[in-house]
Amino acid sequence: MAELKVSNVSKSFDGKKILEDISIEIHENELVSLLGVSGGGKTTLFNVISGLISPDSGSVSLDGEDITSRPGNVSYMLQKDLLLPYRTVEDNVALPLLIKGEKKKAAREKVQPYFAEFGLEGTQKKYPAQLSGGMRQRAALLRTYMFSDRLALLDEPFSALDTLTKSAMHKWYLNVMEQIHLSTVFITHDIDEAILLSDRIYILGGTPGRIVDEIRIEEKKPRREDFNLTEEFLRYKRRILSKI
Amino acid sequence: MKRKLQNTTSKLWSAAAIVILLLLWQIVSAAGWVPDYMLPSPVDVVKAFISEFPLLMENARVTLAEAFLGLASGVVLGFVMAVLMDRFGRLYQALYPLVVITQTIPTVAIAPLLVLWFGYEMLPKVILIVIVTFFPITVGLLNGFKSADKDMMNLMRSMGAGNLQIFRYIKLPGAMSYFFASLRISASYAVVGAVISEWLGGFNGLGVYMTRVKKAFSFDKMFAVILLISAISLLLMKLVDLIQRKCMPWENKK
Repeated sequence: MAELKVSNVSKSFDGKKILEDISIEIHENELVSLLGVSGGGKTTLFNVISGLISPDSGSVSLDGEDITSRPGNVSYMLQKDLLLPYRTVEDNVALPLLIKGEKKKAAREKVQPYFAEFGLEGTQKKYPAQLSGGMRQRAALLRTYMFSDRLALLDEPFSALDTLTKSAMHKWYLNVMEQIHLSTVFITHDIDEAILLSDRIYILGGTPGRIVDEIRIEEKKPRREDFNLTEEFLRYKRRILSKI
Repeated sequence: MKRKLQNTTSKLWSAAAIVILLLLWQIVSAAGWVPDYMLPSPVDVVKAFISEFPLLMENARVTLAEAFLGLASGVVLGFVMAVLMDRFGRLYQALYPLVVITQTIPTVAIAPLLVLWFGYEMLPKVILIVIVTFFPITVGLLNGFKSADKDMMNLMRSMGAGNLQIFRYIKLPGAMSYFFASLRISASYAVVGAVISEWLGGFNGLGVYMTRVKKAFSFDKMFAVILLISAISLLLMKLVDLIQRKCMPWENKK
């Protein structure tokens, strides 16, 4: 758990401004979505937060510590699971620990308890190609969590899945998040997904990308099954649609 | 199960083709359409193979030793070059044309020179084999390293991985299938390279044996040694397959 603060970040590529004066905050144990159209600069902001690219101006800090342009503090997960096909699921999940310099055996032992929690029991010795798309995303999220239990960046993690798998994954995700405590930035272009999962939503819009609105979803967690069929849900959705 | 069955039937077809070819060959020879001394029948070849077996094995040992030594050195050289050329862009630009040029020089043309420089013993042969075998390994591995997923490397970087870790966890294992494809080619080159280098100077080995029986017009023995060389190449390729299956268990589990 951690607090992330992005302050006044701007970024241009080849003279074209992509992000302008972005300031967002993620509090402890909060799930915050960044909602915006494709190509609106969401992924650029992501790379700035993860430290892979440097902003032209502005800063990123985690628990008060400046992590601007410094990779290795927050991990992320993409639409592609990016599991290594030649490592078993447990070795994939243990990879962040190996990078941190842990011994193979110790790393393997350390990841074991989480398999049950993440609904991955029995997949330890399997290779990614033997798993379904949904299961692979679970493994990818577990790997992200093994890297850091402070902050996770998820970039459209479920958008490559079919609708049914996706809604099963939403249920699974909310469930897992009840058990582990993880501050999360969640990028999506799926409005329903954002409302369903988030505590707060930032809407990224315009060119260059700016934060055009911030919405708090008051519905308490764990959310009821039919939350997405309620009048409140629609109210949130209307408000978001009017901004995008 | 179905796959296994398909495999067996496809093997059946190729076996049938070989048997038919051998039969035709036997008929042509037995009918006397081609004189025996020009084209010995398969039966004659087998007979020669059996009677010459001890001598063939003795020579094969020399050739195999050269091939293994050359292949092992070629693989090491190819590997080191690929790693360095992948790591240092300038080295790649400097060396790549040179590496390609080494492959345009005909083997038969440099073999006598190598004999002249390094004598009739094993060294010139091993050098020649290194020259022909390192190239597929270098090119294959370079392609493999280049094919590493950019997103995956970025993710590893975001987790704080350095170049060495990215190499170890992503580039190297990702290039394994490329490496083994190259190794198959190099293994067969190694045997052929050894034989060619023996033609052009040496005291023993299958190539030397080959020149000797050719000069004696013993074409049955000539065919016997050709048979043996093919068999050795095939066995080596099978061996590479076997090692690959051991080293890449994930490929069998798809």
